[in-house]
Amino acid sequence: MAPILEVEHLSKSFKTFKAVDDLSFAIRRGEVYGFLGQNGAGKSTTMRMALGLIFPDSGRICINGSEFNNSRRHLLRSIGAIIERPDMYGYLSGWENLKIFAALSGSSIPAARLHEVLDIVGLKGREKDRVSAYSQGMKQRLGIAIAMAHQPDLLILDEPTNGLDPQGIAEMRALIISLSKDHGKTIMISSHLLYEIEQVATNMLIIHKGKKISEGPVQQLLNPDDTLTEVAIVPDDSITAQLTVSAWAKYVERTGPGLLVFRMNPAHTPALNKWLVDAGAQVQSISSKHSFETYFLNITSDTTAAHRAI
Amino acid sequence: MIQLLRIELYKIFKRPRTYISFGIVTAITTVIQVAMLSDGKSFLGFALQGINEQFDIHGNILNGYLVAYIILQSLLIHIPLLVALVAGDMLAGEANLGTLRLLLTRPVSRSQLVLVKFFASFLYTVLLIIWLAVVALFLSLLLFGKGDMINLKSDAFVMLLQGDVMWRYAAAFLFAILAMTTIAAMSLLLSAFADNSIGPIISTMGIVVVLTILSNLELPLFNLIKPYLFTTHMIGWKGFFDDPVPYAAIARSSIILVVYTVVFISATIVYFNKKDIRS
Repeated sequence: MAPILEVEHLSKSFKTFKAVDDLSFAIRRGEVYGFLGQNGAGKSTTMRMALGLIFPDSGRICINGSEFNNSRRHLLRSIGAIIERPDMYGYLSGWENLKIFAALSGSSIPAARLHEVLDIVGLKGREKDRVSAYSQGMKQRLGIAIAMAHQPDLLILDEPTNGLDPQGIAEMRALIISLSKDHGKTIMISSHLLYEIEQVATNMLIIHKGKKISEGPVQQLLNPDDTLTEVAIVPDDSITAQLTVSAWAKYVERTGPGLLVFRMNPAHTPALNKWLVDAGAQVQSISSKHSFETYFLNITSDTTAAHRAI
Repeated sequence: MIQLLRIELYKIFKRPRTYISFGIVTAITTVIQVAMLSDGKSFLGFALQGINEQFDIHGNILNGYLVAYIILQSLLIHIPLLVALVAGDMLAGEANLGTLRLLLTRPVSRSQLVLVKFFASFLYTVLLIIWLAVVALFLSLLLFGKGDMINLKSDAFVMLLQGDVMWRYAAAFLFAILAMTTIAAMSLLLSAFADNSIGPIISTMGIVVVLTILSNLELPLFNLIKPYLFTTHMIGWKGFFDDPVPYAAIARSSIILVVYTVVFISATIVYFNKKDIRS
């Protein structure tokens, strides 16, 4: 079966700035495909090209095996999207916005379906309120309701957690997982936060300066040995001296008085803790995080990793 | 396309700012009518100073027809601004709001969207001119009554019998719709270039003001280009209050305005179909 979205050698420049550079990837039906990159990496530009909002300089985009440029209007019927902020008509109610965009979807959508999607995104009961009175999270959820009302095969969600509070982020994440698992949607989701992608995506592509850096299943790409572990102890020169000759020496970096950073598998945390205590260290905290910054710096500075594709 | 137009009109008339234009027309018209009610006779005496010495004029001269004509002359520059308020916002306002990208991720052709935006602007223009007719003409007739109409010109005056005036107003308002549609088309083109509506609205006004000045300057250099400026032809409605009516000149002005409108809309479609939506 043809990929639901296939991009081949896509390039786009804005004057002298190369936003997307010879990018190729394919999304298969049922995947939650993470699109990861820093701000300005080319994520939104790629998504906009996939939706016909921006015209590529070169390359081709196929939806369900058909060339996008040849049948844009027909193919857009099978896509729902939120690009950047889900901006809507603030002077209209959520229901009116939903009805307007549903009417433009190219198919007749019964009111029952509109109520159903409002229910799915948790906006039932607030649909008569003006959108200008909605919180950012409610707008995001209404955006998703609009995107999925016409039952598209593919949902393209550009930074859907942007501007949300922690509770909103958690709700959005749960909604995306539900859309994939319970409603069988294929989802392309972009973020500059690795953690966000890691939570929801099955596959991911890392983009940097418009170029593909890495692509593959999330769990294989995120090598647990690269996890950043920060240890805070009461500053002690003898502990530092012991560390430099210990088995941990190959992992450790000193980042400040009493602050040590390890790149290691979180599974080793208990052993590290025991070693520190046995060595007489007064451990204040040990925390592990897979920050995008460190992962990204790792992957962009390592030329071998930079070209790995799993 | 009908569905798209219905949605466009729904959006326009659900938005409070749409009604600002109708309010402004009502306010300006009412101010002039009140001024004419309180001091119209002395204004008319001053305007007819030279004529009264040579002619003996009787009857209700300060009537609804004359007041409506004075109002229309006063609104020469204002109506294009009011049209630009909506037409200039059509594409740029959607871009500014962020809804343009959501609209264009739907299976809607860009050419259709431009045409629908134009038709919606046209219908808004028609309603605005009809409203102008109601408050400027019919309200003036209610307040000042009927009578023969004096059309004061710089070098002459035309006396029109009251039974011969109403059709002239109907024709003048139809011509005004055509002229304002050209403004709407130009504003829509400027709107396609911008990502916020202030730019197109100000640009439209700037162009109208500059070209109107050029159209009125009696200098040989400008006389060469005047016949090609749409602002020269926008005041063609005044021809319906001449006797005899210069039908050939009005027809020529109408054709030029239609050509301008078609060129503006075609340019909008061509440009918008190639535009990267980055807003």
